[in-house]
Amino acid sequence: MADHPAQAVQVHALAHQFDDLDQQHEASNFGMWIFLATEIMFFGGMFAGYTIFRHEYFTSFAAGSHLLNWRIGATNTAVLICSSLTMALAVHAAQLGKRMQLVTFLILTIVLGLAFIGIKLTFEWSRDWNEYLVPGQLVLGHAFAPQGEILKQLQEAHASLPKVEMFMFFYFAMTGFHALHMVVGVGLLLALTIMAWQGRFSPQRFNPVEGIGLYWHFVDIVWIFLFPLLYLIGGIS
Amino acid sequence: MSTATIEPSLESRVHYLNVSYGIKSWLLTTDHKRIALLYLASITLMFFVGGAAAVLIRLHLIEPTGALVQPETYNKLFSMHGIIMVFFFLIPSIPATLGNFLVPMMVGARDLAFPRINLLSWYVYMVGALLTLSAILAGGVDTGWTFYPPYSSNYSQTHVILAALGVFIAGFSSILTGFNFIVTIHKMRAPGLTWFRLPLFIWALYATSIIQILGTPVVAITIALLGLERLFHVGIFDPKIGGDPILFQHLFWFYSHPAVYIMILPPMGVISELVTCFSRKRIFGYSFIAFSSLSIAVISFLVWGHHMFVSGQSVYAGLVFSVLSFLVAIPSAIKVFNWTATLYKGSISYDAPMLYAMGFIGLFTMGGVTGLFLASLAVDVHVHDTYFVIAHFHYIMVGGAVMAYLGGIHFWWPKITGRLYPDKWARFAALVIFIGFNLTFFPQYMLGYLGMPRRYAVYPAEFQVLNVMSSAGASILGVGYLIPLVYLIWSMRYGPVAGPNPWRAKGLEWETPSPPPTENFEETPVVTEEAYAYSTEEA
Repeated sequence: MADHPAQAVQVHALAHQFDDLDQQHEASNFGMWIFLATEIMFFGGMFAGYTIFRHEYFTSFAAGSHLLNWRIGATNTAVLICSSLTMALAVHAAQLGKRMQLVTFLILTIVLGLAFIGIKLTFEWSRDWNEYLVPGQLVLGHAFAPQGEILKQLQEAHASLPKVEMFMFFYFAMTGFHALHMVVGVGLLLALTIMAWQGRFSPQRFNPVEGIGLYWHFVDIVWIFLFPLLYLIGGIS
Repeated sequence: MSTATIEPSLESRVHYLNVSYGIKSWLLTTDHKRIALLYLASITLMFFVGGAAAVLIRLHLIEPTGALVQPETYNKLFSMHGIIMVFFFLIPSIPATLGNFLVPMMVGARDLAFPRINLLSWYVYMVGALLTLSAILAGGVDTGWTFYPPYSSNYSQTHVILAALGVFIAGFSSILTGFNFIVTIHKMRAPGLTWFRLPLFIWALYATSIIQILGTPVVAITIALLGLERLFHVGIFDPKIGGDPILFQHLFWFYSHPAVYIMILPPMGVISELVTCFSRKRIFGYSFIAFSSLSIAVISFLVWGHHMFVSGQSVYAGLVFSVLSFLVAIPSAIKVFNWTATLYKGSISYDAPMLYAMGFIGLFTMGGVTGLFLASLAVDVHVHDTYFVIAHFHYIMVGGAVMAYLGGIHFWWPKITGRLYPDKWARFAALVIFIGFNLTFFPQYMLGYLGMPRRYAVYPAEFQVLNVMSSAGASILGVGYLIPLVYLIWSMRYGPVAGPNPWRAKGLEWETPSPPPTENFEETPVVTEEAYAYSTEEA
């Protein structure tokens, strides 16, 4: 886009309801913050429920936390933090109008996002399924019924199985909604990458990159709270 | 959309209604005015569906043993009435129709900040509405509109998941509307339109939007958890499997009490517009009314526990919630006193919108004051879950919100359609609605105080007289709602041409032709005076 006159880009990029690009930029940025406020409240409901039951069923939740592998959780935390870095670099590249850099960093962010989801599915959720740690026997026909070593470990910790099941329910609900946000984010990043490849962004108009960047950082921050609450509350063993 | 009979004076000019034709030009529109009309048609349909359920409820209660349906069906009727009226009529009512139509015009903008998201919100609403309607067609849901577990999550044999999914989805349309309004009001005001020159309707919608974006996500996740509990039988809320039903009530009312203010703040905004226009006076206490809207929004998040005085929360929590609930009376009373002061020495004319406004002020005051009875711990123990509660919130929701909604529709109808409705019929309908309303719901205060519980299909014989009075009133009320439906539709085609400002009202929306052009104004308006610059000489 660099060889087009800036004026032409502006006329093309300005939606009819706005007076100028500044107003449009401010509105879309502000809108994303408002949207993130709604997201905080959405996750907040689950955090509130978690907090109450963590307080009520202290021992069982700690024992349930031991069922999770904190090393995988920590690895995923590192993956996400790196993806936030590449996202921030992508926004920076967009501001400077460097098309190839922008595309590269967007693809890197997508790869890291997919890595997070992949690690979660292959090393965590599928193992939980095989160990009968997934709650919800009625629909899935696969009861929550820890066996062998795991069962012994829970009994030694004086945990109540229904309460551990509740912990696992919160674990799956919270990380599940988080993973859903990741999937949506990866989809948005794909769209951004295509648009960036086509040269639809310029230093005058990069607010979609910035907005989706904010969303991506938000999803990361949710994980930063989820990781200690779910993986570390029992103490590292 | 036949054009054959439209008079030349409306047809000679291009406006948002005749700029394009065909079903596609409506279903794919991003014009906030057309989206407002899409919403208007949908919520009117939902209003009459929910109203039909109310008619059946009142017919059934003519006899102490129940005149019409089986008790199971009765449970489904009141659930359907509540779910549809709360989530699919009252919450979208004024914001999605009048708000959508007026917010960009009142701030002097060409459209909302995000027109495509605005259209998306209507589609989201429709998906939610269709899911809930399909739950009703499939056999109904019998949990009441509050979906309390463990009954809803474990025991009810009806279509809870489908109905709850509809409510969950419709919630996002409400979030999107609020989100769009906040950004538009912040970022798109015309030159010279400072915050304290904004119409009070905008202040009211701004406060409403704050509740919509902060409250609605919480009920969404609550309903999602409830659905997961019902699907997977894992205890979050069901005490038999380790959950806590009080937690559901806390989370549910954390949204659903503020939701009451989503339903009543926009009507208050409408009343501020109507009272000042038809008194031909500046509004009394502009900034007090503006800030009372915001303070209602803030306090609304701190009072949810008054729904749970007898459901097992600690008495100390009950005490605190009782005190905080009394606080809501202060900003509400500020509004009523300021409207009354605006009327004082005004040059009042009793056009149809003003009749609705007067009805609102009286009925809202009664509903509000009985709310204080309910906020008192001891009195609430006596009247909780009785018809006293039903009467209280119908005075707010029907006597208040629906009255103001109709008043607003009558006030801005000439702007929306470019045509006038028959004023005599409109005044007659307002009167019929007022009489029918009071006859329906005043006896319910008495019934509740005497101890008749809500949600029962049968009642002791000594309550029959009052119940028959209530049912008679409901039939008058029903007729009252049908009259405007007829003449408003009639006026779209045959009403006399209104001109840009039939009420000689102040405000940017009246400075553009009726119906407005697609981009609202010929050129961006510049604001040089405060809102409501009426002067009595003019009258």
